[in-house]
Amino acid sequence: MTFQSKTPEGPLEQKWRNHKSNIRLVAPNNRDRIDVIIVGTGLAGGSAAATLAEQGYNVKAFCYQDSPRRAHSIAAQGGINAAKNYQGDNDSVYRLFYDTIKGGDYRSRESNVYRLAEVSANIIDQCVAQGVPFGRDYGGLLDNRSFGGVQVSRTFYAKGQTGQQLLLGCYSAMSRQIGKGKIKMYNRHEMLDLVIVDGKARGIIARNLITGEIERHSAHAVVIASGGYGNVYFLSTNAMGSNVTAAWKIHKRGAYFANPCYVQIHPTCIPVHGTNQSKLTLMSESLRNSGRIWVPKNIEDAKAIREGRKKGSDIPEEDRDYYLERRYPAFGNLVPRDVASRAAKERCDSGYGIENNETNEGVFLDFSTEIRKKGREAAFEQGISNPTADQIRKLGEKWIEAKYGNLFQMYQQITDDNPYKVPMKIYPAVHYTMGGVWVDYNLMSTIPGCFVIGEANFSDHGANRLGASALMQGLADGYFVLPYTIADYLADDIRTGKISTQLPEFDEVENNVKTRLNKLINNGGNKSVDHFHKRLGLIMWNKVGMARNEHDLKEAISEIDELRSEFWKDVFVPGSDDGMNQELEKAGRVADFLELGQLMAMDALNRNESCGGHFREEYRSDEGEAKRDDEHYTFVAAWEYHGEDIKNEMLHKEELKFENVELKTRSYK
Amino acid sequence: MKLTLKIWRQKDEHSKGKFESYQLDEVSPNSSFLEMLDQLNERLINDKKEPVVFDHDCREGICGTCSLYINGQPHGPDRGVTTCQLHMRRFKDGDTIHIEPWRAKSFPVIKDLMVDRSAFDRIMSAGGFISVNTSGNTQDANNIPINKEDADKAFDAAACIGCGACVAACKNASAMLFVSAKVSQFALLPQGQPESKQRALNMVRQHDKEGFGNCSNTGACEAECPKEISLENIARLNREYIGASLTTDA
Amino acid sequence: MSLSGLFLISFLLVHLGVNITMIWSKDLFNAASHFMETNWIIQSMQWILAIGFIVHIVYGIILTIQNRRARGVQYAVKKGGSAPLSSRTMIHSGILILLFILLHLRDFLVPMKLGLVDDNYELVAAKFSNPVFVIIYIVAFILLGLHLSHGFQSAFQSSGAAHSKYTPIIKGLGKAYFLLMSLGFTAIAVVMYFRSLT
Repeated sequence: MTFQSKTPEGPLEQKWRNHKSNIRLVAPNNRDRIDVIIVGTGLAGGSAAATLAEQGYNVKAFCYQDSPRRAHSIAAQGGINAAKNYQGDNDSVYRLFYDTIKGGDYRSRESNVYRLAEVSANIIDQCVAQGVPFGRDYGGLLDNRSFGGVQVSRTFYAKGQTGQQLLLGCYSAMSRQIGKGKIKMYNRHEMLDLVIVDGKARGIIARNLITGEIERHSAHAVVIASGGYGNVYFLSTNAMGSNVTAAWKIHKRGAYFANPCYVQIHPTCIPVHGTNQSKLTLMSESLRNSGRIWVPKNIEDAKAIREGRKKGSDIPEEDRDYYLERRYPAFGNLVPRDVASRAAKERCDSGYGIENNETNEGVFLDFSTEIRKKGREAAFEQGISNPTADQIRKLGEKWIEAKYGNLFQMYQQITDDNPYKVPMKIYPAVHYTMGGVWVDYNLMSTIPGCFVIGEANFSDHGANRLGASALMQGLADGYFVLPYTIADYLADDIRTGKISTQLPEFDEVENNVKTRLNKLINNGGNKSVDHFHKRLGLIMWNKVGMARNEHDLKEAISEIDELRSEFWKDVFVPGSDDGMNQELEKAGRVADFLELGQLMAMDALNRNESCGGHFREEYRSDEGEAKRDDEHYTFVAAWEYHGEDIKNEMLHKEELKFENVELKTRSYK
Repeated sequence: MKLTLKIWRQKDEHSKGKFESYQLDEVSPNSSFLEMLDQLNERLINDKKEPVVFDHDCREGICGTCSLYINGQPHGPDRGVTTCQLHMRRFKDGDTIHIEPWRAKSFPVIKDLMVDRSAFDRIMSAGGFISVNTSGNTQDANNIPINKEDADKAFDAAACIGCGACVAACKNASAMLFVSAKVSQFALLPQGQPESKQRALNMVRQHDKEGFGNCSNTGACEAECPKEISLENIARLNREYIGASLTTDA
Repeated sequence: MSLSGLFLISFLLVHLGVNITMIWSKDLFNAASHFMETNWIIQSMQWILAIGFIVHIVYGIILTIQNRRARGVQYAVKKGGSAPLSSRTMIHSGILILLFILLHLRDFLVPMKLGLVDDNYELVAAKFSNPVFVIIYIVAFILLGLHLSHGFQSAFQSSGAAHSKYTPIIKGLGKAYFLLMSLGFTAIAVVMYFRSLT
């Protein structure tokens, strides 16, 4: 196992360029002797699959969905960042780099983040060439919007469906290679383990979800692009099938897992409505460009709203507490996600929440100011000299509809409220995981030949991710980073020849997989998989959620321990393993979450500081803001698996060196 | 609210299926349709029975995984909405709800309500792309200004989620709306122009090869499409196709 | 389908033009039908017309079979509201119209072609004095109207002529056209029937 970041020497701006010039190549005529497995077909996996296939490698791509087009990248709404400076607001690669480092609360690797900022502009060029219909202005040029935590407009978007359009672009590129036979696509397949031969990742064991068959697939390198693990909380904005299984399996085979406690809780989601709820729905951060977040100033008003005696629109302007604008005048409603989420929790914990659910968790996101402002502007443009309030309102609503129409429609469909007339109710929800499998500068994990890209790795966002950066990272990894760095590794394999799936290593791993499936199917317990998943989710949300403390984390660790042993004793999986069985799929995933959850709590307990999405109640400033401990915790916590008892995992530290930015207390005031 | 569900159960592609009846009490009007099915499944599991298999994933109306033919309509009674975004407040206490899988020869049933839509992937592989490599050496994104109206129309076509409701709704099980959405998106953008005719030919050929029916312009697809993709796209596809048939060699 | 359909649509217009003359005068009608029988352009067009009909019918049947096959298993519950009735029943209205055309050929074209009648107007007038015939005739033209109400704009859509600005105009034209056909032919039948009573 190698645990070195392999960050190239030299000045920051030249690291990537020099590195690219110095790493080895695989000649075009040798590439079709090399097979690469890619697990996951979201923005990272899909773009990597397409690019590697274009270059001439034989790619085998796997996804659990029925088509690569359905990966959860598709649900990203707001946009993708790029340092293009099209709006002339003094943006640059350095600023994007700096904002990302600062946004991540100085817990990410400088070299990786700079590379990300560097290639960001290329992504936009590439996507436009692929036919991605980004939003444009009337002059026909690309439009931009602003996102949280920055003071420039660098976010490119396609209405509220940017992730969809980028993923479909990527899927198109994949489709082209599938048609040429360069990508062999395995839909409805789930990777259940990694096969290591002579210390190198050489294949996977996958289950065909339709037939239930256990299949062996070999390759010269394995790329994991299976996304994040937010579903450990049961309720999150992730897709129902999103899971940690692929990432967790490689962790158990030797890949270190980094910073598992860094979870992003997104401030603007639709609040929980009831116990049968299966998932949470995000309302794009872009809405914070136009919406103002508030709760009533008077606790009585909040109570009246919860009880239905008053509506948000009944509260006069002077009785509203626009708490983000009050606390953070410089960034206002556009503070980073972790800050916005904690501020909402603070208000609700103090009794000002407005949602009528068990926990009163909800705040208003109000568009009335923007509707008036834009309505007045539109009236002026149309030459209406004395517009009535009604005219202004109509014009303003029209502007809102053009900008956010689909989001407003979705909100209304779910809540039955009309957000053009009454303020939206929102509350933070689990959205993204910055933690993930540890990788070096080449995106390779501690297992040689096993690469990890996109949300599944830990690399670029530190302790908190800025909005519109996930799409950027996924595509950067897949289109522009991995295809170069993987060649450096594969250069050794041009003479290796096909890897046989008859090797004893495959036998052994396949047997393990089968044993575990058998155990789940024949367990004969009494409780459903969801029963355990919901209980795990509650532990995680209450004790390893937005605010954590030593006492709760210790409790969580032992509670998860108990829950896990109860799961293996009492879980019931109906049906058989020789065909489509969605409960069996879920059971395997929840079993992995039950291990990961514990590691998250351990990591959170270990990190005696507050940084980004990780907020420890014991470590805060007098004003209640997060307080880092740079002296002791400027490192990546990389955990090494040591047998079934997760509590035995061993911590390795990768010290983070900041040579180009000065570590400061993050301030958005 | 109380509901009677009549759900299509089928063991696998080759078995015969039939409707099963289920009673469900205490359904919250605030649940989504799929949460209602979750509730049924939880009960079936507790009774040691096999839960109903149905496709779903993002539950935000964007991934296109969910399907279901509900009371005679794909994605149920709401317009412009996927099944996962359909909420139970749309139904009344005491209602009987029929739930069937998409029916099309090209969408064979995998199990219960889950169908195989890989035909769509094959249509995409036949031409649903712009042939540009990911070198990173393309020209600057703002080098070609694109008329906003065209860009917006391209976006509207590109909003297709590939769910297959058009096929399910069409009396001919035609997938023309799906094909036309992709052809239109690229035909409207300068980047897609060079191969736009060949693309139309190849995608339509694959569409026919997969065994989807022909478009007879009934408009059912447009009416039932959860993303309200316009029929105008099919006309644009026809234009591209006719042009291609008349002008290309192949 | 759309090309042959558009061709047949233009033929119907000519047919109505000839028939309508019988409302005004016997001589005018006889002159018009004589012209149709003897003019060489019309005579040669007849064969093209027959081919047009055959193509339209055969192609329609083939497409219908293909389309039925594409569904496979039928739905148990179906809510038809998402597409207009006319569009869903093209094959049914089409077959009934075909039966009517056969009847029509037997009644008029064959005797006229074989020269069995001296006075075309008298032949037509005699037929229209029969109320059963008139009813069949009217029903057929209602069906034709139904067929055209979808067929007209559908033909344009299939040939790629659709545009948010012009499609409403085409649809309007289609409506006007099918109403003209249905009402025109029906009116002739009704007028002729009442004329026979006096």
